[in-house]
Amino acid sequence: MSATGTDTQPTLDELRAEAMSWGRKPRRFGSWYVTEHMVRAMRAYGWTIIVGALGQPILYLLGLGIGLAALIQVPIVDRGQEVSYLVFVAPALLITAAISVASEEMTYPVMAGFKWRRYFYGFNASALSSPQIANGVVAGATARMVVAVSAYYLFIWVFGAVPNPETGWLSIIAGVAAGLAFGIPLMAYAGSLEDDKGQFALVQRFVFMPMFLFSGTFYPLDTLPIWLQWIGWVSPLWHGAELGRLATYGAPIPDAMVLVHIAYLVILCVGGYLWGRRVFIGRLAK
Amino acid sequence: MPEPVISAQNLVKAYKLKGKPDFLAVDGLSFEVAPGESFGLLGPNGAGKSTTMKMIGAVSTRTSGDLSILGLDPDQYGPEIRSRLGVVPQQDNLDGELNARENLYIYGRYFGLPGKVCHQKADELLAFAQLEDKAKNKVDQLSGGMKRRLTIARGLINDPRILLLDEPTTGLDPQARHVLWDRLFRLKERGTTLVLTTHYMDEAEQLCDRLVVVDKGRIMAEGTPASLIRAHSSREVLEVRFGSDRNAQAAAQLQGIGDRVEVLPDRVLIYAHDGEAALERVSAEGLQPITSLVRRSSLEDVFLRLTGRSLIE
Repeated sequence: MSATGTDTQPTLDELRAEAMSWGRKPRRFGSWYVTEHMVRAMRAYGWTIIVGALGQPILYLLGLGIGLAALIQVPIVDRGQEVSYLVFVAPALLITAAISVASEEMTYPVMAGFKWRRYFYGFNASALSSPQIANGVVAGATARMVVAVSAYYLFIWVFGAVPNPETGWLSIIAGVAAGLAFGIPLMAYAGSLEDDKGQFALVQRFVFMPMFLFSGTFYPLDTLPIWLQWIGWVSPLWHGAELGRLATYGAPIPDAMVLVHIAYLVILCVGGYLWGRRVFIGRLAK
Repeated sequence: MPEPVISAQNLVKAYKLKGKPDFLAVDGLSFEVAPGESFGLLGPNGAGKSTTMKMIGAVSTRTSGDLSILGLDPDQYGPEIRSRLGVVPQQDNLDGELNARENLYIYGRYFGLPGKVCHQKADELLAFAQLEDKAKNKVDQLSGGMKRRLTIARGLINDPRILLLDEPTTGLDPQARHVLWDRLFRLKERGTTLVLTTHYMDEAEQLCDRLVVVDKGRIMAEGTPASLIRAHSSREVLEVRFGSDRNAQAAAQLQGIGDRVEVLPDRVLIYAHDGEAALERVSAEGLQPITSLVRRSSLEDVFLRLTGRSLIE
């Protein structure tokens, strides 16, 4: 095979200038290209997403909000404010839905990207950079959370569980924030795993479930003995649910505590992101 | 000679190992690749070929040395360099949950190509890879050869200036390999610079204008396939088999025939200008090989001579 095409080749200066020009768009918008991929890939399990987003709230609201609420006739007293059981439990279920989506989208797809299908390496060989891949995973999961939580919000509103609809929609934001606060550190953890030895199932059983049960989801946190209350304090679910309750029925939460809830979620998101970014860069540059 | 599109000087990649000295996967490689050239890295598994490719691909950062791709430093201009590269990795990393066409489309988006252009390019490349009738098939349903062709097609979505191919035909049947080689010839005719790693000597001979033989992270020899064979081997090789327990004993008797005698576990190689004449001398020594074969020297022989080891172990 003989060398060909050298006469028509551009000069090195031209090639350099061409590369600089081609690199501009991916540098600016690369994270969105990854998001586009992640959202497209979700279509493969689109039905699970739709059924999950619509079916889960119906089941929970019927089971807990209607069934259990029929048993619990007395109103719940939340820091002196009386609300029906359905109104009390609905925002916490909404936050749970967001966290549940985050724990799906930020574990298995990350493992698939690095290990099972290795498509993150494909992303990384293109004009995209490793932090943009992490950003895209976060943004893709956020997109799905927004859909799921908005559907949930619609249901609780229809079920009459949102006494303050003018601020109630803010619970969607609280849900997404809590989902990210749980999901982003989980993404970093998933990225650091070389093999799936059932760690995600353990997270589901020993992190997500206790959080779900002991974060003031079904009853105010202060009704728990003090030695169990810490689970709520460290759980993004409790912080998110408190903000959700503030939004949907104006739960009487002191301003300082509102700031604490917001700050806690932000810290988990930022800390998790910095960890995840490091994991993605390190693993893809090997 | 035009300015090189790839220039590596004393390129080193070291990996830290706990409690042990650093492992040098690439140990001071220096080479240049001219525009439009087809350049090969030939060596056994673990020679440092893939690591070198990752550094050229502006993915893995070098430990030391100088590296310039398209006139840019990959440490600083990774996305810019990668935007003009096509990469075909050793392990396919297509997204199995998307179909063949979607895999091409979405990959085009990574380079910032508009959706319309991506659609058009996806159709062109499906034709190039002879996969038009598989466009809507999920990647998981494609055969190994089809996936490989799709991966190569994907690497071309941005009309790259340099195409990097890491073991492009490993695991493929002979027919699929020839289809791939044909596609690569066409790219070369268009002026695309090709850099490929392989441990198949026939592939290197077919595809490479020039190559380096790499072993243990170092360059053992450099040149065109023909010049390497001329410099490091004889014109012909006589292969004789006496049975695995008798090869070594027979080889002792064969010393002096041809330029050199090499004993492998299953056969004895006699390097000679005239293989048939060498075979006559073997018979004259009173030795009756079970089988004999005269062939031209190949890059495998060059590698054996340079490293004392076979390429495929």
